[in-house]
Amino acid sequence: MKVSLFITCLSDAIYPRVGEAMVRLLARYGVQVEFPKTQTCCGQPAFNSGYWEEARESARTLLAAFEDSDFVISPSGSCTGMIQHYYPKLFEKDPIMIEKAMQLQEKTYEFTQFLVQVLGVKDVGAVFPHKVTYHPSCHGSRLLGIKEEPLTLMENVKGMELIPLPFAEDCCGFGGTFAVKMSEISAAMVSEKAQHVLESEAEVLVGLDMGCMMNISGNLMYQGKPIRVMHLAELLYEGVKQA
Amino acid sequence: MSHGQQASTVKERSHIALNNEFLRKAVKFTTERLRNGKKKATEEHGNWEEWRERGRQIRLHTIAHLDYYLNQFVENARANGVHVHFAADGKEAVELSMKIAASKQTRSVVKSKSMVSEELHINAALEKMGIEAVETDLGEYIIQLAGETPSHIIIPAIHKNRYQIAELLSKEAGETLPADTSILAGFVRRKLREKFLDAEIGMTGCNFAIAETGSMVLFENEGNARMVSTVPKTQITLMGMERIIPTFADLEVMATLLPRSATGQKLTVYMSAISGPKRDADADGPEEMHIIIVDNGRSLQLGDPEFQELLNCIRCGACLNACPVYRHIGGHAYGGTYSGPIGAVLTPALQSNVAEWDDIANASSLCGACYEACPVKIPLHDMLVYLRNRKVEKGYGQTAEKIGMKGFAAIMSNSKRMRSVIKMGQIGQKLVARQGMIKTKIGPLKGWNSVRYLPSLPNQSFRERWGTLEQEVQASNPKMSDEVRQRMEQALEQRKNGGRHHG
Repeated sequence: MKVSLFITCLSDAIYPRVGEAMVRLLARYGVQVEFPKTQTCCGQPAFNSGYWEEARESARTLLAAFEDSDFVISPSGSCTGMIQHYYPKLFEKDPIMIEKAMQLQEKTYEFTQFLVQVLGVKDVGAVFPHKVTYHPSCHGSRLLGIKEEPLTLMENVKGMELIPLPFAEDCCGFGGTFAVKMSEISAAMVSEKAQHVLESEAEVLVGLDMGCMMNISGNLMYQGKPIRVMHLAELLYEGVKQA
Repeated sequence: MSHGQQASTVKERSHIALNNEFLRKAVKFTTERLRNGKKKATEEHGNWEEWRERGRQIRLHTIAHLDYYLNQFVENARANGVHVHFAADGKEAVELSMKIAASKQTRSVVKSKSMVSEELHINAALEKMGIEAVETDLGEYIIQLAGETPSHIIIPAIHKNRYQIAELLSKEAGETLPADTSILAGFVRRKLREKFLDAEIGMTGCNFAIAETGSMVLFENEGNARMVSTVPKTQITLMGMERIIPTFADLEVMATLLPRSATGQKLTVYMSAISGPKRDADADGPEEMHIIIVDNGRSLQLGDPEFQELLNCIRCGACLNACPVYRHIGGHAYGGTYSGPIGAVLTPALQSNVAEWDDIANASSLCGACYEACPVKIPLHDMLVYLRNRKVEKGYGQTAEKIGMKGFAAIMSNSKRMRSVIKMGQIGQKLVARQGMIKTKIGPLKGWNSVRYLPSLPNQSFRERWGTLEQEVQASNPKMSDEVRQRMEQALEQRKNGGRHHG
């Protein structure tokens, strides 16, 4: 069975450590991940801005890269959501590509979906003796319905205190190009989100989407607040090493 | 026109709102109260997802057969003695209303809350004819005094706090009124009582129109709509053409969804179903009743697979209360009659000329909170993307963005190019990156770095790291347990049988 990593352009360029944690964590279950190097980006920045032809050019690299994979796993609910919800729409007028789009839709999983739903893992055996708060990213939790999976995994981490984030379900204001195009509104949103993170008094902020994490951590750094920001895969892998 | 609507772009309007601490505090306070109320009410009621789905199905069915149900409604309303008119656009709806007003030698019109009347700017038209138009919903009355437009579909004066309201009402009263809600409401009640008795015409909106009986239904909390529809001799109801539901049984579902979604109430204080003018045995009611059915861009959505569901909206305002953008900028920044996520979609969608669309569809992070809050499950977050796409397809994309997206496609259509661009970034950033962060505010980083730092690129991207990582992992010789293997095979099997569920 071929399990492929869809790293996402953001984790590829800025957060390779997230991909590494995923690969190493899955290896503990005997899942040998492979990485097709012809992949690029899911195309969401262009799609969301209305430039669908440009989005298709990017999306085609994924359709080709993962054509013979059995499972495609990604560290982003947003990029997974792009494939699962919008690829069929993006290629609706192309009878050949829509077939491929629907195949990719079927086999793509966000990281915690794969770990919990497919592998049946609820406890990775991690120890992480810190106060942690969790931001449920919008696309993962709303488009993909990923609500229970990360909570299950986190509840089973030993020594970890999970503190509820006030207004957790409110968007952090990232929204891809939104943060650049409507920077003032985005700034108001991320400032409030960071404020809530600080109010939680957690030492670590964890999430499932590095776009949102980059946004919130960027504001926390700007404020000079030393809150550690991580992807859940990193937290789990670090916790496993400590156990 | 309110202060917010004089500025021309969304960015300018939201800039004004973001710098208004009173507005932001007031909007946050009330939207939080409303969404907590909704949460509580829907949890208490139970099976909310099933109710939503039922509501959605009723709306989908009605809109799919809108011609049939409109016809049925009109026939029944006419049989009840109602004069029914059709208006293709706002201008026609205003002309029809003015004709009725003129025929009654009207000096004064009392109005209950109606978003359609806001859409048509009917108050301005009445005043031009020298007819006094008095809003009788408390919130609407306040913004009328302030010379503003509603900034929320159901809470028109949401952007004002009670001190600002006390100031406005004191001016009207000619004495200083304390910022005490019951005293202020008492003042308005006395004031409006005279207006109800004076007016020749009562003008209402319409929450739902019931095809099987020709009745129109109003939900309200203050009793003013009941006064408007019983005291004056003539009633004019302005109704969007999509307000129809087939039967009173369907109203039960809508009455379950609407107040809970809007304010967290089980039911509004008053719910009136009006089936025609006063009959001989009736104690009250108008002698003459008119219903003006307004299209004004709504039929553009009929038969459009991307936007037809927009007609399912029941105008509860839940999407506004859930929206993190609305929370920060309030309603006026949206620049149209309708604000929040529904306004961001509806305002352009009602306007066929794409050239006249402003940037409002971009004022969303596409978080989907609107969809999750919507009692009839309208995918507003998808529609925002469809609007952006239409603008681009029609050739109204911004030049800089067009060039940027061409560049994006050139890089992302080829992994080798993507790799070289990352490489260039790793080298180029040495000029600006310090301790893992980029703080410069030049060029496209200006907006982002005004409240954040950007992480710098690590020396190795994942694709550069992969070769050694793969070797390291293989060297650890991972073994798969039978259980894991079985589960993965099971997942593949399920998929073959078409069993995978998408969130």
